Amino acid sequence: MEISESHICPSELLDAVSDPNKSFKVEVETFCKHFTMKQKVEKIENFSYLPLGGAVNLNKPDVTFSYIEFYGVDPNNVPQQPCDLFFGKWIADGQRDLIKVHTLKKREFIGNTSMDAQLSIIMANQAQIAPGDVVLDPFVGSGSLLVSAAHFGGYIWGADIDFMMLHARTRPTRVGQKVRNKEESIRGNLRQYGIGSQYLDVLVSDFSLPLWRQDIKFDALITDPPYGVREPAEKIGIERDNYTLSAQHLDNHIPSKVEYGLPHIYSDLLNFAAQHLSIGRRLVCWYPLVRDEYLEEQLPSHPCMQLVGNSEQVLSKMTARRLLTYQKISDDIPNMPHDPHGAAHNFRDKYFAVGEISRREKKERRAEEIAKTASYLKAKREECNKE
Amino acid sequence: MKLITHNMLTSKCLKGVVTGYPLSINATNINITEVDYNPEFITRIIPKLDWEVLWRAADSIGHSDGLPQTIEPKFEENNEFLKKAHRVLLEVDIEEGNLVCPESGRRFPISKGIPNMLLTEAEVQ
Repeated sequence: MEISESHICPSELLDAVSDPNKSFKVEVETFCKHFTMKQKVEKIENFSYLPLGGAVNLNKPDVTFSYIEFYGVDPNNVPQQPCDLFFGKWIADGQRDLIKVHTLKKREFIGNTSMDAQLSIIMANQAQIAPGDVVLDPFVGSGSLLVSAAHFGGYIWGADIDFMMLHARTRPTRVGQKVRNKEESIRGNLRQYGIGSQYLDVLVSDFSLPLWRQDIKFDALITDPPYGVREPAEKIGIERDNYTLSAQHLDNHIPSKVEYGLPHIYSDLLNFAAQHLSIGRRLVCWYPLVRDEYLEEQLPSHPCMQLVGNSEQVLSKMTARRLLTYQKISDDIPNMPHDPHGAAHNFRDKYFAVGEISRREKKERRAEEIAKTASYLKAKREECNKE
Repeated sequence: MKLITHNMLTSKCLKGVVTGYPLSINATNINITEVDYNPEFITRIIPKLDWEVLWRAADSIGHSDGLPQTIEPKFEENNEFLKKAHRVLLEVDIEEGNLVCPESGRRFPISKGIPNMLLTEAEVQ
């Protein structure tokens, strides 16, 4: 195909957006590869052939053109040439900047497993949170998911079994921080971003037991339940029979806990969502699994909850977690037994079993490398001696 | 703890308790925290509330001043009413005290504004 002038500069497209009476500028953005300002200016200069008639104005242009070079999504494997190029008139900004605004680096109160700002924002969007929605996170932790939920206008409730976490009395997570600041709390986090008015409350409670009024409906549930690896998956309980507690110990008593297995957590969560979500509204949660055992039909399921989103985040060679979005489609709630597939799913055991193998593998591989280096050095030494 | 939260909580977790609603409130320290007024939110939340329970709860802690005992049919057009509801629901904040189960008398302490609804291991056996 012969390339004519109109292929390079399709005038019918350009005329629609360029006007000799309007000033303009070109902005260069690159994805997954960094360029210096000088290199970016060179890229802009390449556009000098375009018949844009207006004056250049870098501060307050009437029209902004955006040029984007896309270098894929794998930061460890960036190609020489961009995979794709985009050029067009700028219409509106997205909200990617929010990732920087909400970064955990500057968050007052964080815990060991606080959700990264970008993922929290994605979760709030998946849950379609809109101004005035009532949102609950039943495994709230340090409340990172609620920060993004409140940003999009949600009014937030949180619950967690961990008394010390909700009262910000756990050991500080930040490197170098010895004691927690007095102001640290989930409410404090919302105040930090100027959305403190959307804080309703947080409660210390055990998700395996009923707490909320039967007929209350939430507009969204977003949560990251404990996987039993970095945070324990627990509920109140004791293995011993006939346990009693004397009245003098009742105040400030911290109850013992037993394992709250993942299958139980997720079947409780789906049952809760079926009961407490309004029709059409969503539950968004993470689900950990061993990658090569993944089968979509074995994900937690419930007849009232339709799976509408399912994406993988790889955690290690063997493990991943999936961001699941369920939409409530029916109010006709059957009495659900525990998920039949769930019983086999014990992520914690598998996680550590997988870890065992890879630890042994790593040791063996290192031993091999050391042996190789030793024999190489030996050969070298012999060569030198000969000379 | 705000009264909007109180309106949603039960003590059904306790063995032998049937409804566990409404919990009564013993407050030893109440704060008034200023919250931005959002009439759309208040209008939206009122149908979800048990208004009688809210009124009694507010009355029991001395904050029912000017709050009507029943909701009028066109409450969403009455800005005065919405402002009062806003104050009682979101600004009256119980800092220290107890929630008490109406059937068993079991107390759930509220400390630093956070209710502790946990049972003991003996109670879940």
